[in-house]
Amino acid sequence: MPISRRIFLRDSAIAMVGVGTSPLWLQRAALAQTTTGQRKKVLVAIFQRGAADGLNIVVPHGEQRYYDLRPTIAIPRTEVIDLDGMFGLHPSLAPLKPLWDNRQLAIVHAAGSPDPTRSHFDAQDYMESGTPGMKSTDDGWLNRALPPVTGKPSPVRAVSLGPTLPRAMRGKNEAVAVESLGAFTVRDTAAAKTLEAMYAGTGDQVLNGTGRTTFEAVALLQSLQKTPYAPADGATYPAGRFGDSLRQIAQMIKANVGVEVAFADIGDWDHHAQEPTRLPARLAEFGASLAAFYRDMGDRMEDVVLVTMSEFGRTAKENGDRGTDHGHANAMFVMGGPVQGGKVYGKWPGLAQEQLYENRDLALTTDFRDVLGESVYNHLGNQQIGKVFPGYAAGPNKFKGYLRA
Amino acid sequence: MQRKPFILALASLTIMAAVQKIPQMTDDQKALHALNRLTFGPRPGDLEQVKQIGIAQWIGQQLHPESIPENPILLAKLEPLDTLQMGTAAMLQKYPSQQMIRQMSDGKLPLPADTQTRAAVEIEIARYQQKKNPDDARMPTATLGALPLDETQKSEFVNGTQESRVAFLESLPDDKLVEVLTALPQQMRTRLANAGSPALRRQVEILNTPGQIVNRDLSEGKLLRAIYSNRQLEEVLSDFWFNHFNIYLDKGADRYMVTAYERDVIRPHVLGKFKDLLLATAESPAMLFYLDNWESAGGNAPVRPNAPANQKKQGLNENYGRELMELHTLGVDGGYTQQDVTEVARCFTGWTIRQPNQGGGFFFNPRTHDRGEKHVLGVTIPAGGGMDDGLKVLDILAKHPSTAHFIAKSLAIRFVSDNPPDSLVDKMAATFTNTDGDLREVMRTMLNADEFWAAANFRAKLKSPLEMVVSAVRAVNGDVNMATQMVAQLNTLGEPLYRKQEPTGYTNRGGDWLNSASLLARMNFANTLAQGKVGGVKVDLTQFSGDTTQIEHNILLTDASPASQAAIHAGIDEAAQPQTRIGPMVAGLTLGSPDFQRR
Repeated sequence: MPISRRIFLRDSAIAMVGVGTSPLWLQRAALAQTTTGQRKKVLVAIFQRGAADGLNIVVPHGEQRYYDLRPTIAIPRTEVIDLDGMFGLHPSLAPLKPLWDNRQLAIVHAAGSPDPTRSHFDAQDYMESGTPGMKSTDDGWLNRALPPVTGKPSPVRAVSLGPTLPRAMRGKNEAVAVESLGAFTVRDTAAAKTLEAMYAGTGDQVLNGTGRTTFEAVALLQSLQKTPYAPADGATYPAGRFGDSLRQIAQMIKANVGVEVAFADIGDWDHHAQEPTRLPARLAEFGASLAAFYRDMGDRMEDVVLVTMSEFGRTAKENGDRGTDHGHANAMFVMGGPVQGGKVYGKWPGLAQEQLYENRDLALTTDFRDVLGESVYNHLGNQQIGKVFPGYAAGPNKFKGYLRA
Repeated sequence: MQRKPFILALASLTIMAAVQKIPQMTDDQKALHALNRLTFGPRPGDLEQVKQIGIAQWIGQQLHPESIPENPILLAKLEPLDTLQMGTAAMLQKYPSQQMIRQMSDGKLPLPADTQTRAAVEIEIARYQQKKNPDDARMPTATLGALPLDETQKSEFVNGTQESRVAFLESLPDDKLVEVLTALPQQMRTRLANAGSPALRRQVEILNTPGQIVNRDLSEGKLLRAIYSNRQLEEVLSDFWFNHFNIYLDKGADRYMVTAYERDVIRPHVLGKFKDLLLATAESPAMLFYLDNWESAGGNAPVRPNAPANQKKQGLNENYGRELMELHTLGVDGGYTQQDVTEVARCFTGWTIRQPNQGGGFFFNPRTHDRGEKHVLGVTIPAGGGMDDGLKVLDILAKHPSTAHFIAKSLAIRFVSDNPPDSLVDKMAATFTNTDGDLREVMRTMLNADEFWAAANFRAKLKSPLEMVVSAVRAVNGDVNMATQMVAQLNTLGEPLYRKQEPTGYTNRGGDWLNSASLLARMNFANTLAQGKVGGVKVDLTQFSGDTTQIEHNILLTDASPASQAAIHAGIDEAAQPQTRIGPMVAGLTLGSPDFQRR
C-alpha cells in the first residue's frame, strides 16, 4: 500500500472516530497502521504465585548457616550450580546457566515487599498494585508503567496470558487477557459484527470498555492466527501453561503488534511439605520455559527485559514436614539484552539468627519497586516513576544498576 | 459507659435515616432480582412461579430447602453417578487410584473382585506395564475379529450401522457387555458410547479412564444440581461455602476426599450454625490434607520409626493455622499476629488422618500433640490439653466479632454487591453474633434489608463464569446428558471446578472476572449453546420463535437494552436468513449480550 494512502486512511479514520460515525473496518485499518511495523521496548513480568522458596532457588551455598537451618531440604554443595562462589542455582535451573554465562541473566537476592504480611492474597495484591500496605489502590503497577502515548495506542500494548486479567495489569490503560491466540476470536463470523456493535453501543460503561478493547485486539491479532507459529532457532518450550504463555508472548513481540508490557504467571510454589519432591519439577518447567523464550527471541531480546517475582519468600529454617512456611525476602531474576548479567545484585543480609527478619525469615535489603522501577524508568523510558509507585520515593538513586547504561 | 445507650440510639436513628433514602426496586424487578441472586438464573416459567407464590413466601421456601420436593429429573440424572454416594474408602475400592493400580500391578494389592472394576484395572495395568517396559509387555491389540461373540452376532455387529451396534450393546447383560467393550478398540467404544445411553457411556468411561470417574462425577454432579435442583439457594450456598473453605481437587489424596467433603461437610451446614461448619471442616480429612495439618506435630513429637532417615522427625506446620484465621474466620485484618498463627498451629498438632491414601478418617493423635501452654488472641490455653486445645480455638474464632463481620461481608459481596454498604454488613454481622452464628438468620437479615432490594442492585452484578454458563443453560431450558463440554468451558473461562489451587477460593467480586479473553469465550459459548451445538446439551431450537424482541425477552425476562435491541435488529435484517436460523441466532446474541452478563 502506498504511503500516501496509508496516511489518508489513518487520518480520515481518526477524524471520523471523533464524530462517532466511522465504520468499524475503517477504525481497524487506522489502528493497524498505527501499531504495526514498530519495534517497541518490552517489559515482561513473571509472577511465581504461592511464594517460591528463594533460598532453594538461588542457593547461598557459601554460607554454612544455610545448611544448618535446612538439614533435610538444603541443596547439597555438590549439586548446586555455582555462580560466584557464594550463590548457586538449584540444579533444575541448569537451562538458565548459559544465559548467566552470556551475562544476560542477573539475580537480585534478598528482594521483595517490605510489608510484613504473610498472607498470599494480600502479599500478591500488594506486589501487583505496587503499593505495599495500601489496599485502596485500584490499579496495578504494570498498567501504570506504560509510558504516555500520543495518538491511538495499540490495543495489545498490555497483554497478559491466561483466562483472567491480573491485578498488576488492571487500570486506565487498555489491557487484554489472552487465554490463547488461537481462541482469541468470535468463531461465528455472522454474529461477530452484531456482538461488536452491541458492546460498542451499550450504556454499561464497564462492558463497553472491555468490549471495545476486545474487538480491537481481535482485529489486530487475527493475522497471527493464520500461520502456525514456529519458534526460532529450535527453541522448545516445555509442555504446560507457562511455556505456552511465554511462547505466545514471544510470538506477539516478534509480530510487532505493539506489545509493551506482558504478564504471565506460574503457580504451585507453596511447598509447606515435602519440598524436595515438589520443587524440582516446578523449577524445571520454570527454567526451561525462560530459556526457550530467550532462545526463541534471539536478537529481539535486545528490546526485552523480563523480570520475575513472587509474593514473599519462605522461612529460612525448614519446618517439620520437609517444607517451609511463609517468610519474607526472596530472589528475583532479571534477563534480557539490556541486562548486565552474570551478577547477583543486592546486599546479602546473612542467615545468622540475629540477621533474620522476625527471627525466622531472610531479611529484605532491596525493595521490589527498585528492581521493577529500574526497568520501567530506563527500559520502557517512563520516568514518571513516582506515579508508577505512588507513596514511594522511587528513583534512579535507588536502582541496582542491573541495566546497561 | 453511661453514654452508650444514647450513642446507640443515635446510631440507630442515623442508620434508619440512611436506610429510608435507598430507592427500592419495583415489585416486578424484585421477583426477577430474587431469582437472579438466589438461584443460578431463572428458567422459563420461574418468574411466573415466584410471582404466583409471592416473593416472601418463595424466599421462605428457599431458606428451608428440605421443604421443597427435589426435581425428579435431577434425581434421575444423578443416579448413574455412583461415586457421589460413596465414602472415600468405597470409592477407592471401585475406582482404584493410580497408586493402587501400580501396587496391584506389582502384586502388592489383590485385584478387585467386581468384574467391571477388574476389567478396567487390567487395562490400566497393561498400560502401566507398557509404560514401564515398552519392549516387554504389549497392549493387547483389539480387533473386531476377536470379539467374544458367536459368528452371527459378530457378523451383524461388524456389518451393522452405528445405531444397530449401540442397540446391540445396550441389549447385553452387564458381564457380557464389559467383555465385549473391553475387546473393542478404544476409539470405537468411545464413539458408540457417546451415541448411546448414559448407562452405556458410563461403562465405557470406566474402561477408558477409571481414574477420571471420581472427578467427572463431581463436576457433572455439581453442574446438574446447579441446573436442575429446585433447591437453588442451597446450591448457590454450597458453592459459596465450598469456595470459602476451598480445597484443591488435584492435591494428592484429596482427589478421593472432595466428594465426601462437599456432601457431608459443607452441604449439611450451609443454613446451619457457622461453628458446626467450621468444626466439620477442621476435622475433615480433605482439609487436613489440603492445608497439611495432618503432618503437623509438636516439638516433643516422637520420631516416626518407619520413615526414611530424613523424615523421621516431624514438626510444626503453620499452613492451616494461618488460613483458618485469614480465610475461614477472622479475615486478614481480623486482628491476629504471626505469634497467634504459630500458637494456633500448636493447638492443632495431632489433628490428623488415618492413612490418607486409603480413605482413612480423622483422628486425634495425642502422641504428636504439643501439650505445652498456648496463648491465642489473648486467651491462655493451659498446658496438658489434648484435642480440646483445637476445639477451644474454634470456639474463640467462631465467636470473634471479626469473624461475624468477615462472614457477613463475604456473603454480602456474593449476594448483594461487589462493594456492599457497611450498614448492611453491620446488620448481618449483628445477627451472626446474636444468633450464635446461625447462617439461615444471617441470610434472612440480608434478604429483609432494604440494601438488598436497592434499585441500584438490579442486574448490576457481573456473573462469574459458573453463573454465566449455568444461567445460560437454564435460560434456554437445556437438557443436559453430559457435562464434559460445560466443564471444559469453565476451564477456558478461568473457573475450573474444584480446581482453585489457592486456599482463597475464587473471587466473589463479579468485576474481577471481566476481561477480553473471558468475554470472547462467553460470546462463543452463547452462540454455540443457542445453535444446540454444545455437546451433551440438547436445546429445543423451536422455542426461539417470534420477533427478535420477544426472543430477547424470553431469555432476559425483561427487555433488552435499547442498544442491544438495535444491534440485534440491524444484524438480523442484514443477514436475511430463514426464521429457523434467525431464532437461534438472536438467542445466541442475547446470551452473549452485555445484558446477559449481569444478574
